[in-house]
Amino acid sequence: MLKDITLGQYFPSNTVVHRLDPRTKIVLCIVYIICLFQANTWLAYGLVLALTLSVMALSKIRPSAILKGLKPLIIIIALTCLLNLFYTKGTPIREGWPITYEGIERAVQMILRIVLLIAGTFILTYTTSPIELTDGLELLLNPLKRLKFPVHEVSMMMSLALRFIPTLIEETDKIMSAQKARGADFESGNLIQRAKALLPVLVPLFVSAFRRADELAVAMESRCYHGGEGRTRMNPLKMKKADAFAFILGALVLAGFIILRILL
Amino acid sequence: MPEIKVEGLSHVYSPGTPFEKVAIDGIDLETEHGELVGIIGHTGSGKSTFIQHLNALLQPSSGRILYNGEDINATKASRRNIKYKIGLVFQYPEYQLFEETVFADIAFGPKNMKLGEEEIRERVYEAASFVGIDQDYFDKSPLELSGGQKRRVAIAGVIAMRPDVLVLDEPTAGLDPEGCRQILSNICEYRKETGSTVFLVSHSMDTVAEIAERIIVFNNGNISFNAKPEEVFAHAKELEDMGLSVPAPTLIAESLKAKGLPIDGPVYTHEKLLNEILKAKGANKDA
Ligand SMILES: Nc1ncnc2c1ncn2[C@@H]1O[C@H](COP(=O)(O)OP(=O)(O)OP(=O)(O)O)[C@@H](O)[C@H]1O
Ligand SMILES: [Mg+2]
Repeated sequence: MLKDITLGQYFPSNTVVHRLDPRTKIVLCIVYIICLFQANTWLAYGLVLALTLSVMALSKIRPSAILKGLKPLIIIIALTCLLNLFYTKGTPIREGWPITYEGIERAVQMILRIVLLIAGTFILTYTTSPIELTDGLELLLNPLKRLKFPVHEVSMMMSLALRFIPTLIEETDKIMSAQKARGADFESGNLIQRAKALLPVLVPLFVSAFRRADELAVAMESRCYHGGEGRTRMNPLKMKKADAFAFILGALVLAGFIILRILL
Repeated sequence: MPEIKVEGLSHVYSPGTPFEKVAIDGIDLETEHGELVGIIGHTGSGKSTFIQHLNALLQPSSGRILYNGEDINATKASRRNIKYKIGLVFQYPEYQLFEETVFADIAFGPKNMKLGEEEIRERVYEAASFVGIDQDYFDKSPLELSGGQKRRVAIAGVIAMRPDVLVLDEPTAGLDPEGCRQILSNICEYRKETGSTVFLVSHSMDTVAEIAERIIVFNNGNISFNAKPEEVFAHAKELEDMGLSVPAPTLIAESLKAKGLPIDGPVYTHEKLLNEILKAKGANKDA
């Protein structure tokens, strides 16, 4: 059933990582990505891996959850691996073979890089609800307001879209069932026939999406919504001690990586 | 042989996930051709889940459903054909209208049955007249109609397939009393003319009491009562515990009886209540 698709992998819990301010997590996630991308030695990769594993343990993520997230990317990972394996110049492992020692090293590092990148962003979305994420992003992007970038509007649009995805999925399910009850067939026929068969679902879905948008706009306006100017929050984001601690840790890690890079 | 036979039907939503939910838990049921069965139960008791099994929209987690002795989920073809035999009208069906004209929308079902042009035409006219939609509306867009008219067009869209069994999920939800009465009388009319079986799902005891010959009460995925209206409404206490009420006429009759008015037998329709009061009053005058 459509409903079983999970969007964003947020998993509510109460670990230290879950409780961190979303801004902290977004910034640290960026720091993490920087560290990952300038890692060029096995030592650096090992450190990033250790870092990832310890944060995963802290936020109680099972490795199987991350593996599930990697599944759709298996082809990309395999392709990168093969390309690096065969097209890196160096000493061949056997006379006349196209595979080199350097190629193997590069391939393994590339896989590590992709997997760690996914794992890092996964930890962010796993421990932060979509609403927190958009709130955090809005506050972080606030300085852009000076450049007339509509920060509040964009983040409001993002949270509304996130809010309505499950609703629309449910609605699609319902309309599909109703049309199936009238004999609509979504499962057989060629591509064109199948696309045509979707019309009885798409038309009512759009009609109701517009109706919902209309109603929502009226509901928001009748509660005096007028954009971000002077708006306060029910749960203002507040940095806590843990956030300060996390920032210091992040800064240390970043500094460590830069020193490593210079020394080695 | 019963027309519909349900054996040990269970349905679990999202099995094996943290969101697992047992919506129906092993129900058994038999109905004969031509019956008018009312289904009531509180919100989330599994009514909608149950009726979506009747035309194989949902597959049972366990148990089976026989239609005239044959398992409706036996093959892909049987799952498909059952939808023309057992017509299902969803809750708020007006949101599934999609064609440019009322006529085309009512014709959607018959068209899927691959009927001829003439036959389709005939069925659309017939279905529209059952629900009281005038031919003047045929060329209008469904979006131009009022809520109640839309609902009737949607019901006609199912009736046009001439199902042997008509299942309606809350057909009167959100309509004014007059609209409710019209739809209910349309349904009764349809049943009288075609002799088909009707399942009517409703929150409202009064609605069900007015027309049903048998009432099935759902409670937390189980069937609590399956009996004639008067037998079901005799269990006022149990019904109340399930978050349901007995029909208003029954309550009125009870309190009149308590005040000493001689009222005979079970009362659960407005008509019967009126007759009883008139009779009681008449008898008093004679004395
Ligand atoms: N698609 C679904 N996925 C998961 N759970 C569902 C789904 N549909 C219904 N449920 C759950 O199954 C239970 C039975 O729901 P159902 O819709 O059958 O109730 P109902 O008796 O029709 O209620 P109502 O009177 O409100 O229409 C409810 O607890 C509901 O939350
Ligand atoms: Mg329901």
